[in-house]
Amino acid sequence: MDIVTLARFQFAMTTIFHYFFVPFSIGVALVVAIMETMYVVKKDESYKKMAKFWGNIFLLSFAVGVVTGIIQEFQFGMNWSAYSRFVGDIFGAPLAVEALLAFFLESTFLGLWMFTWQRVNPKMHVSFMWLVTLGSILSAFWILVANSFMQHPTGYTYRNGRAEMNDFGALLKNPQVWYEFSHVIMAAILMGGILIAGMSAFRLLKRHTLSELSTSIFKKSLRVGLGIALFGSLGVLATGDMQMQALVEDQPMKFAATEGLYEDSDDPASWTAVGWMDEANHERVFGIRVPYVLSILSYHSLSGGVEGMDSLNESLTAEYGDDNYFPPVNAMFWSFRIMVGLGMLTLLVSTLGLFFTRKKSPSLFKKPWMLWTVGAMTFAPFIANTCGWLVTELGRYPWTVYGMFKMEDSVSPNVTPASLLFSNIVYFLLFGGLAVVMFYLVVRELRKGPDQQEEQEKEEEPATDPFDGGAFNE
Amino acid sequence: MSSLQLFWFILIGVLFAGFFFLEGFDFGVGMSVQTLAKNDKEQDQVIQTIGPVWDGNEVWLISAGGAMFASFPMWYASLFSGYYLILFLILFGLIIRGVSFEFRSGMPEERKWIWNWTLTIGSFIVPFFFGILFISMIQGMPMDSNGDMTAGFTDYINLFSVVGGIALTLLCYLHGMNYISLKTTGPIRERAKKYARALYWALYAGLIVFAVLLYIQTDFFALHPVSTSVLLGVMILFTVIANYCSYINKELVAFLTSGFTLIALVALLFTGLFPRVLISSTTSANDLLIESASSSPYTLKIMSYTAIGLLPFILAYIAWTYYIFRKRVKHTEIAGYGG
Repeated sequence: MDIVTLARFQFAMTTIFHYFFVPFSIGVALVVAIMETMYVVKKDESYKKMAKFWGNIFLLSFAVGVVTGIIQEFQFGMNWSAYSRFVGDIFGAPLAVEALLAFFLESTFLGLWMFTWQRVNPKMHVSFMWLVTLGSILSAFWILVANSFMQHPTGYTYRNGRAEMNDFGALLKNPQVWYEFSHVIMAAILMGGILIAGMSAFRLLKRHTLSELSTSIFKKSLRVGLGIALFGSLGVLATGDMQMQALVEDQPMKFAATEGLYEDSDDPASWTAVGWMDEANHERVFGIRVPYVLSILSYHSLSGGVEGMDSLNESLTAEYGDDNYFPPVNAMFWSFRIMVGLGMLTLLVSTLGLFFTRKKSPSLFKKPWMLWTVGAMTFAPFIANTCGWLVTELGRYPWTVYGMFKMEDSVSPNVTPASLLFSNIVYFLLFGGLAVVMFYLVVRELRKGPDQQEEQEKEEEPATDPFDGGAFNE
Repeated sequence: MSSLQLFWFILIGVLFAGFFFLEGFDFGVGMSVQTLAKNDKEQDQVIQTIGPVWDGNEVWLISAGGAMFASFPMWYASLFSGYYLILFLILFGLIIRGVSFEFRSGMPEERKWIWNWTLTIGSFIVPFFFGILFISMIQGMPMDSNGDMTAGFTDYINLFSVVGGIALTLLCYLHGMNYISLKTTGPIRERAKKYARALYWALYAGLIVFAVLLYIQTDFFALHPVSTSVLLGVMILFTVIANYCSYINKELVAFLTSGFTLIALVALLFTGLFPRVLISSTTSANDLLIESASSSPYTLKIMSYTAIGLLPFILAYIAWTYYIFRKRVKHTEIAGYGG
């Protein structure tokens, strides 16, 4: 196997695995912050228990997110040294800002949040969680600034054989940043909401093993989660729609591939709802077609044709020379449909769920099928997020920086296939192991329920201190 | 060399120094879980001393990496690709160690031992291989004019680099012992001091071998005789003070001086490298220099504003965190980790 394939596999694997936990952490941190705020406002102890309980699950996700994030940062230098030399000027800057601005904030205040439940007053304590949430959102922003440059390079000049930054503001004003950022944050909110609703639903299916307090906490969590998921799924669809329209202009090849469009479309353009493409012969093998819809999706209009991959390939070849400019079409076509389908399904389930839990006649808890449905949605955001990144990153093919720098020129020339293969295998096993343990621990936390955390609180009792000032003890 | 290039070279040194000072004792505490603590309670106790801060301490490394990527992309690219397997092992150590804290607290009692071991082993792996990395780096590595390393096994693993790995591990271990004596009560506090007193003798031996090999294997004494000798002297001086303080129960001074030893070590490495960032053993024409390995002046300027604007806030809230958690962790009242 060649190093480009192995390095690409490693990038895909670590990104996908890392990204299981990023929106998980952002979303659940936000929900925990909201719950703890409700505790501060309403002074209702059950919200405190709720925040602590989901906080423990957040901590598990955060831990795995952090350790896999370090691989991501090191990976650019280890596997993609030629790329790092070429764009370090531009790409390194947001990563450094991310560390300084976001990671320090996130990890320091998380440490404070975990261990100061009884040491500081509740208002200050909840502010720690908001700072953690802010840190994780800022972190997403800066990494997406870096990613957006790869999709749509701006603010640079080509000098000394490298891309050098000449306008930091342009990097931030890149429209791609704002499409990606809003979509990612909405997806994280959706994920936080639906995970908490889904896990609560699973737990409520075995209600007889729960204490009364735990049951009521899970019921409340389910409602809060569904509300947040509804907001998130509306946001995710709106921002996704904006992003697709920008794609028609910015990365037409990516757009055509997600639609499986080889020939130029008619005007108005019909949309292939489901289908299969023969990637070798550049044909659609079959497809169920809906008239007008592609024009609506692309331009919000009943007319307008879309350029197909064949003619895009010709213009790319004319501009950049002979190469294979076709991304993996079926993978992108289906990833896109699965992502959008799951987004819509979340919208439907959260609406239904909220309807069945309305204050006047909360019948959801008596409907096992509905609890199962909400529970099953726990897995949806993992799949949908993965599909979203597959569309984004596969659609860059064959570029690392769109229109500028190709994957084959990006890898470390001095790293051997054997090293890469070895690290791939170890990472694969390691990630598998982490996923299993993570799953086991989350299930264990859920089984325990929010009512069994009393014994953990005594750690806060004042201890002897040789240089004690006496402050902060309540 | 512009002043901004020099500033970023120093800043990266500062970030690595901060990393070894702060995460150094976390590594030491991690190692102590299976080597110093004698029962579950003591294991919980030592882990709790770093519970709130270890994650923030690790960010110093991530910042050093990010800063290197942004300000010296050629250095970052050559170093990280050239040290592929060493860095892979460091990452492996960081991963198994980083998940241990949360995983062990969520596990049933009878399975906690797994995560005690991953914490201990991971904490040994990381400083050891960082020692290997830095010490082989200052000896010079086979590197072509593009900055690509094509090194063999003995370029990475040789007598000097192994001594460096052991010395750095030992420094972190002792730094951890001093931290534990400072932050705990009960039997473990005395035991940490006892271990430290014994191990300082090993460290003296290690430092002498290190100094000799530094003289033989690098050009540091030829190139920078004054700073190299002074910083070596400072390292030994701090070690003596820390050792002495472990006898007279000045725990805070012992802890600070063992941290300063680590800072002096990083300073020694960085001043010795100057004005290079990587040394090519193939020909000195292939050395990577501060002057030619950096980003454009524009990027350096933007990054300087960012760093200078943010660092005071970061240092302030980190200091505040240590103030909040300034209390000792008592041996009588240990509870689980987490919210």
